[in-house]
Amino acid sequence: MPFDDGGISRGDLRPDLRLIADMIEPGSRVLDIGCGDGALLAHLAADKDVDARGIELSQDGVNACVARGLSVIQGDADTDLADYPDQAFDYVVLGRTLQATRNPRAVLENLVRIGRHAIVSFVNYGHWRIRLALLAGGRIPVASGGGYSWYDNPDIHQCSLQDFVELCDALDLSVLQARSLNRHNRVGQIRTAGIMSNLRGQQAIFLLSKK
Amino acid sequence: MATSGLSLSQIANGELPCHRMELGAPEKLRLDSGIEFGPFTIAYQTYGLLNEDKSNAILICHALTGDQFAADPHPVTGKPGWWDLMVGPGKVIDTNRYYVICTNVLGGCMGTTGPSSIDPETGEPYGLRFPVLTIADMVRAQKMLIDALGIDQLFSVIGGSMGGMQVLEWASRHGDRLFSAVPIAGAARHSAQNIAFHEVGRQAITADPDWCQGNYAKEGKRPRRGLAVARMEAHITYLSEAALHRKFGRRLQDRHAVTYGFDADFEVESYLRHQGSTFVDRFDANSYLYITRAMDYFDMAAEHDGVLAGAFRDTDVRFCVVSFSSDWLYPTAESRTVVHALNAVAANVSFIEIQTDKGHDAFLLDEPELHRTLRGFLDGTARRRGLI
Repeated sequence: MPFDDGGISRGDLRPDLRLIADMIEPGSRVLDIGCGDGALLAHLAADKDVDARGIELSQDGVNACVARGLSVIQGDADTDLADYPDQAFDYVVLGRTLQATRNPRAVLENLVRIGRHAIVSFVNYGHWRIRLALLAGGRIPVASGGGYSWYDNPDIHQCSLQDFVELCDALDLSVLQARSLNRHNRVGQIRTAGIMSNLRGQQAIFLLSKK
Repeated sequence: MATSGLSLSQIANGELPCHRMELGAPEKLRLDSGIEFGPFTIAYQTYGLLNEDKSNAILICHALTGDQFAADPHPVTGKPGWWDLMVGPGKVIDTNRYYVICTNVLGGCMGTTGPSSIDPETGEPYGLRFPVLTIADMVRAQKMLIDALGIDQLFSVIGGSMGGMQVLEWASRHGDRLFSAVPIAGAARHSAQNIAFHEVGRQAITADPDWCQGNYAKEGKRPRRGLAVARMEAHITYLSEAALHRKFGRRLQDRHAVTYGFDADFEVESYLRHQGSTFVDRFDANSYLYITRAMDYFDMAAEHDGVLAGAFRDTDVRFCVVSFSSDWLYPTAESRTVVHALNAVAANVSFIEIQTDKGHDAFLLDEPELHRTLRGFLDGTARRRGLI
């Protein structure tokens, strides 16, 4: 049953979450890992009649979600995915969290095991500005911004768009959709074979499934 | 200490300001031990009003030494109810919205049949002739009461510590009878450490000569010292090292220097002695033995080939599991085990570990994050249930 409180319109969502929401079919079962304050889940529950579940590390985030009537557990992608049964969800969402996990490969394997689809978004460390920053500035860039430096960057496993596509190939995953956002949040289509996407896309959003 | 006058023996004689219902007759309650038990009395308290379609009832399950007086003054001590902070008009468990039921557990000593009650077969207190119970038995007795009250589905079953165990038991065995479940600072089994602490408490009681092999009532005695020691020991496990230090440090009690003797030199000693001595006025020693035993026997996975998820297969119950970071008696890992089992059956579950230094007892205290979480969960769940 959809309920009104806590519902968030699509336009209020962070740009990458907007693209993620567009990939999700109404009425489906969704697990959002690293769901923050539950904005995406609340939107999906209210506007798309989705059975919405989440995992979030911070106490504030979990509290905000629970207060919205969402089912969210305090935990993280590295430790709390193993127990879910196969294909428990239609979509498992990992928004801007993959690079912060200890074992991204195992996490990605779990996503496509638990969900019929996985939706993964991440910042692209292959973006031309990142490359230029290292080349010209001689310092390790922090793609996610947020005032971090190399020593406290939560992205402990940085990857480029191309790195990610190669991992998907290694895990035998199909890329069903791939979108990019440039730094002005303009949406682009990712061509996984080409090099231009890897240069231009600041953020990438992939819809994946097992082959 | 403020006392309103009632003593344990008066309570055993039925003088209590609460509801009571006789159950287990003619059809008896079949206990896990195989014994058919009944008739028995369940003493319970209610707050708020049951709505027309009986969909707004919340069952609150108390901890080891709690009772049905969750939100009104205790008839023995005169102190506010143990969950007065949580239950009441406009509070988190809002009695303007919900009909709250709190029962004294089977085996207890606050009006429900327990070892201090009169055995109709002998005309004397049961003592050790009282059957050994399990958490599941306590829940079965509660369910008989809920049946008798004509409530098909409880909106929620909520409890901390042993109450949390009962909540899990309700969800596991009677999942169709509750819409949501809130186990707080609980566990799906008693650990070796939990059993060990309980055993020390029981040894303290049974080593007291006034225990009289459990027949102290008949002898006109009470094992006050043994029960007080059991309480003192248990009380330490309800706190945390940080909380004890914050409260007492190494401060001395009404003196400027240590006395080179064995009086209560330290504030913490004085505090524990007070906890012990006041506890014996409101609790029965044999009940303490029976209830701790029931907790020790608790192991939900054992009945499902060691796989806890088996206890929750196909559940429709919405769970909100809460633990406290400084609780070393029922640590977060125990709650996480429950959450993982619920994940394994794709159950609808929320889980939060509240950061606090107050230890296990945090669920009874003014813990704003706990209140915020529970309020959010209950509001969200009430909307789904159509209560608001």
